[in-house]
Amino acid sequence: TMASSDVARQPDKGARPLSLAGHVGFDSLPDQLVNKSICQGFCFNILCIGETGIGKSTLMDTLFNTNFENFESSHFEPQVKLRAQTYDLQETNVRLRLTVVNTVGFGDQMNKQDSYQPVVDYIDKQFESYLQEELKIKRSLHNYHDSRVHACLYFISPSGHSLKSLDLVTMKKLDSKVNIIPVIAKADTISKSELHKFKIKIMSELVSNGVQIYQFPLDDETVAKVNTTMNGHLPFAVVGSTEEVCVGNKMVKARQYPWGVVQVENEQHCDFVKLREMLICVNMEDLREQTHSRHYELYRRCKLEEMGFKDTDPECKPVSLQQTYEAKRQEFLLELQRREDEMRQIFVQRVKEKEAELKEAERELQSRFEQLKRRHAEEKATLEEKKRLFEEDQSSFNKRKAATQLLQAQNMTANGKKDKDRKK
Amino acid sequence: MSDTPNEHLAGILSDFEGTAAGLETDSFTSMEDREEEDAGIMTENIKEESKADQSLQEDRLEAHAKTEENESKEEAEQVEADLKVQLCEPFPGLQTGLIRSADLFGYVGIESVLDQMRRKTVKAGFEFNIMVVGQSGLGKSTLVNTLFKSKVSRKSSTPNYEEKISKTVRLHAVSHVIEEKGVKMKLTVIDTPGFGDQINNQNCWEPIVKYVNEQYEKYLREELNVNRKRRIPDSRVHCCIYFLPASGHSLRPIDVEFMKRLGKIVNIVPVIAKADTLTVEERQEFKERIRQDLEANGIHVYPQRELDEDPEDRILNDRIRASIPFAVVGTDKEHQVNGHKVLGRKTKWGIIEVENVAHCEFANLRDLLIRSHLQDLKDVAHNVHYETYRVRRLNESNMNLSELVLSSWPLQNKMDKCETESHL
Repeated sequence: TMASSDVARQPDKGARPLSLAGHVGFDSLPDQLVNKSICQGFCFNILCIGETGIGKSTLMDTLFNTNFENFESSHFEPQVKLRAQTYDLQETNVRLRLTVVNTVGFGDQMNKQDSYQPVVDYIDKQFESYLQEELKIKRSLHNYHDSRVHACLYFISPSGHSLKSLDLVTMKKLDSKVNIIPVIAKADTISKSELHKFKIKIMSELVSNGVQIYQFPLDDETVAKVNTTMNGHLPFAVVGSTEEVCVGNKMVKARQYPWGVVQVENEQHCDFVKLREMLICVNMEDLREQTHSRHYELYRRCKLEEMGFKDTDPECKPVSLQQTYEAKRQEFLLELQRREDEMRQIFVQRVKEKEAELKEAERELQSRFEQLKRRHAEEKATLEEKKRLFEEDQSSFNKRKAATQLLQAQNMTANGKKDKDRKK
Repeated sequence: MSDTPNEHLAGILSDFEGTAAGLETDSFTSMEDREEEDAGIMTENIKEESKADQSLQEDRLEAHAKTEENESKEEAEQVEADLKVQLCEPFPGLQTGLIRSADLFGYVGIESVLDQMRRKTVKAGFEFNIMVVGQSGLGKSTLVNTLFKSKVSRKSSTPNYEEKISKTVRLHAVSHVIEEKGVKMKLTVIDTPGFGDQINNQNCWEPIVKYVNEQYEKYLREELNVNRKRRIPDSRVHCCIYFLPASGHSLRPIDVEFMKRLGKIVNIVPVIAKADTLTVEERQEFKERIRQDLEANGIHVYPQRELDEDPEDRILNDRIRASIPFAVVGTDKEHQVNGHKVLGRKTKWGIIEVENVAHCEFANLRDLLIRSHLQDLKDVAHNVHYETYRVRRLNESNMNLSELVLSSWPLQNKMDKCETESHL
């Protein structure tokens, strides 16, 4: 029998290249694949982290040229929460299911120590959900609505100085779970020279703190050049606006100030176009792929290892999942057995106690019965005595009665005889 | 009396199993229900506190407490009628209520994701595994070589006397890398010499069934590893071409037996081999009889009727189903016909042009297999046949992994709860 490991070796044995004598037609494969994806539609999930009022929602509206339902949040949220909204967008024949997740109340609390936790929890929850589906027996992965976060836009306050400790702490906690793209928000409040210094400071702080942000990929020659350039412009300084202002003879998205007009799509004014280019037009697919093949795999690996699953046993021999599963199942059954025994013991104990109680009650009853019986016997004896006395009395009375009667009778005959004698 | 702890445990276990079964249909609800139970007391406290304090903030806090979506729905409705935000726990089923469709006010660039996907898949390359089954001499190798316009399959040498009498079907997999217009494909051709050649062909499909299942097993193992490869090597059979001799009558018992069994686990494409011995009328009649035989025996060949996704699909596939099995002729020789070079078989009575649809249906087969449905063959193999195998295997070894993943934490809670509720 061919062991599966034997068969494994064959295809890997360097398949020989072969030239074709004519047009076969499998060059249509990428198109076939793409057409299938068009039918299925795409999923993209963006997480926006930033302080209240920093412009997360506006930026999303500007990026996607639409009006998502937005809500102004208060500054008094006691805890950081996340709000997710899903939309179906369509551009030509491409259907995109976009989920935008915003933090609510981030940076507002007095004590921000645990601010990152709800975000981490949310991201993990989406991974967990996917993992659950993947591990199901009857699963439906190609229909599954992928809710895992593909890109995380971290909004940095335009202080012009450096990153806040909250920023560093949060990004550090997230960098192994999600693709982080830091952006400088409301960049129209910073001057060009300040901006340059600010960007350098931010990047060096990230590096010195070991924060791994998302790097635009360089492995594909078609986009390596533009990605390299863009990597050098991080973090993108963005301005968002859905209002239009007339500039020259065109209506453009802009913010109007007394001193001038900040044009969103003007690359001299801000990096908005760069962000849109990178996030959507060039690297959306890579963001999705990294999320699946790197961040999700890491989550899955950690989760399975946590549960005690291993690929090799202590002697580094491969362990089949079945063996590990059986071992875990044994553990689980033993635990169940232990609990069962415990429960049985408790039950037996209770039964014993109940039995003892009942015995006690029985004994009491018994003793009372004895008591009553004794009393009854006593009374009976007393009564017997009385009866005997009474009978004695009665018999002596009868005797006396008989004696008296006899005497009377004797008297009468004696008197009669006397009378007779007198008559004579 | 001693049954009670067992009964109780059985009760717990059946609850648990019920939930696990529920996982198959609605995993998330169960998990969240459990969370709700555990968090129940907490949320009640929160509700009470907020009722005491009537401020909007407290209500919103309550509304967005990280518990059940239903709870937050109720509260949100009560307090803020115009806000339709819910804490999104996206998962299949509940999603539909939360998705809004948004209109784009201008070009965003979403459709460039198609290009991104195309680039990535071309860079990664494609794999395709095709198996050919049929008696020797039916032109299997020639046909595959004609299909891919290169010597991807070696014609097996005539087996000598001993080999002919030996009783096994040998499987032989050979891989080549072919490229067309920048699209690289690793093509693996699995040959099955000896099939149907023995005197006693009983169970000659078994080695083939075994091979197909072994490939599924290999994939499954890799997929279940804790540390798994980014790209799981795919040696699963995507398509199995079954060669019917051009007898002109009907299916033979060996044909029925093979296709019945293999049709359940792999995509079968039956072809009439060496069809140049049939006239056009004979060919039509033969095909019709074969189609009837297939239906009468419950054999599902590709494209399987039950996999049609929508009416459009059905119409397209019905057309294909009405013309299979394709009557093919293969050759690697070229001849001059009317000043063109054509692939053909030269006989004394004319040249049979392989790629001429008036002569034979080779071009139809090629178009179906390679130019239009190659990706679909892979998808069906992956989403249907592989999943079927997986379900069977996981059920066999009683492995409900998602149950185990879930069991690691909530079981404790549930058990403790049951203990305290016992009325012993």
